[in-house]
Amino acid sequence: MTETRIVTKRLRDRPDDSWTIDGALASGAYEQLRAVLAKGDTADVQEQVKLSGLRGRGGAGFPTAQKWSFLPPDSFPRYLVVNADEGEPSTFKDRMLLERDPHQLVEGIAISSYSVKCNVAYVYVRGEFALGYERLARAIDDARAKGFLGRDILGSGFDCDIVVHRGAGAYICGEETALLESLEGSQGMPRIRPPFPAIEGLYAKPTVVNNVETLSTVPHIVRMGGEEYAKLGVNRSTGTRIFSVSGHVNQPGNYEVELGMTFRDLLYGLAGGVRENRKIKFFIPGGASSQWLTGSDEHLDAPLDMDFVQQTFGVMLGSGAIMVYDETVDPVLIAWRLAKFFAHESCGKCTPCREGTGWIEKVLYRMSHGLGRPADLDLLVDVGGNISPGVVNAPFVQTTICPLGPSAVSCIASLNKFFRDEVLERLRNDAGAHA
Amino acid sequence: MSFFDESNVAKAKEILARYPRPKSAILPLAHLAQDQNGWLSPEAMEQIADLTGTTPADVLGTCSFYTMLKRRPCGKFVVSVCTNVTCLVTGGPEVLDHLEARYASEPDVTVEEVECLAACDGAPALQVNYEFHERVSPSSAVEIVEGYRSGTRRARTVSGATVA
Repeated sequence: MTETRIVTKRLRDRPDDSWTIDGALASGAYEQLRAVLAKGDTADVQEQVKLSGLRGRGGAGFPTAQKWSFLPPDSFPRYLVVNADEGEPSTFKDRMLLERDPHQLVEGIAISSYSVKCNVAYVYVRGEFALGYERLARAIDDARAKGFLGRDILGSGFDCDIVVHRGAGAYICGEETALLESLEGSQGMPRIRPPFPAIEGLYAKPTVVNNVETLSTVPHIVRMGGEEYAKLGVNRSTGTRIFSVSGHVNQPGNYEVELGMTFRDLLYGLAGGVRENRKIKFFIPGGASSQWLTGSDEHLDAPLDMDFVQQTFGVMLGSGAIMVYDETVDPVLIAWRLAKFFAHESCGKCTPCREGTGWIEKVLYRMSHGLGRPADLDLLVDVGGNISPGVVNAPFVQTTICPLGPSAVSCIASLNKFFRDEVLERLRNDAGAHA
Repeated sequence: MSFFDESNVAKAKEILARYPRPKSAILPLAHLAQDQNGWLSPEAMEQIADLTGTTPADVLGTCSFYTMLKRRPCGKFVVSVCTNVTCLVTGGPEVLDHLEARYASEPDVTVEEVECLAACDGAPALQVNYEFHERVSPSSAVEIVEGYRSGTRRARTVSGATVA
């Protein structure tokens, strides 16, 4: 098993200076920007991105070229907003890209801005990423000094600048409309759509919001050509993705692999398998918001294909985070901690989520701390059903504006699906102990 | 009476110039206030309101939403310990308990439990003033914090800026 390093190539090849302007220039940075500007064809970049089949790497997997195509053709100014507010539990790929290859992102932003005809891009960086913020800000200054940003870039007549904006600690700001609210100086609460950001986004202007990894991929699509890029991957999951593997594997870390590889090859072939040769009890395949999979052959041999896992198992590849838990782990405890996270991060705008996540956390707390009651699992399914009717599979059904509330229900659905008998027996025992 | 000192007034103007609407500068200015003062005081929020053409209530309304903005005085060193799922199964809660007990009566150290810091391959993880430290144990975590207190490690500001 090997990685297919495209977006992570520079930072793996040059561990000592990949983030500096000299290190980046010595490994081909800004050559694609130069080529694109020399060619002078904005539509061609969009065509290549469309042919590449690139889908958003932040979590939702929406086709990038299609997102760009929603911008009304004659409305200016317009903005490109970069979502670098990585906060989905166990996801740590964008932090790596910011800290260790900011010039790749800057080049991707410049090319994408040229393609969608925008002159100012805002990067919303998670507040806790102090080093990533510094390195990106430095990269922008250095790129500007070399003429890759600013006025009349490389004599092309195209102007583009990038503003870096730090968040201040709120997971919800990774949701694109909450991010825009936060960038405008308000509380980060999601907006009701329509209007969609492409029509009325930042400052009520047409806006595209793209993830760090998505934009970091764009220079490579330009270099390879969209058709060539699309040969990588499987079905509608083209190209590579960076998977953040953590938990009870021997070699946790970020692995960039061609989509279509199996979970088994990623977790055992690359991440070194499970500690002390234990079995996988369950794993969460797409960040905390996803439903779970187990260590069964059926699940481990499934391909990393966004549509396949959703249609077959009702889970998502989401943000590309895979958390692995061995047999020693109590799934109810993990569910409680995830619920605590969502209760803490609920912004409070929608009643089902504001109230529901708190109740889910309370019930899961007592269940995971020996104080459960026999009807608790069904109570959770009931409460969860008020946020996500049916407590079913991805894609989410929701009574809320954004997917945070339904994300908190994923762990309930998973407990109920895979561990119902185990949980019910334990609840009966706990109740007996306290009778 | 200006809350921001002279050099930060100049920085504040630079920040305001980045945005077509001044209200967007509230978060960056709140970080700047914490860099200068160690926390986000009512006086700071009043001046941020002046600078952004909003009211102190607007600024408080925005800032109270965000966990990194400290609306009460806090320690010179903010130690943020992750206890989310990967850190939970690798010892994060033990690190948190140990640090909370150790620094309970030390006003220069504020220990807080935080959500996932995006360092799960180095779990359990913590930050001191937003500098990452990974694969920590209860004892190594204390050594790290003591390194900052004694000055052998150079700390960022409580909002994470590098100190020149």
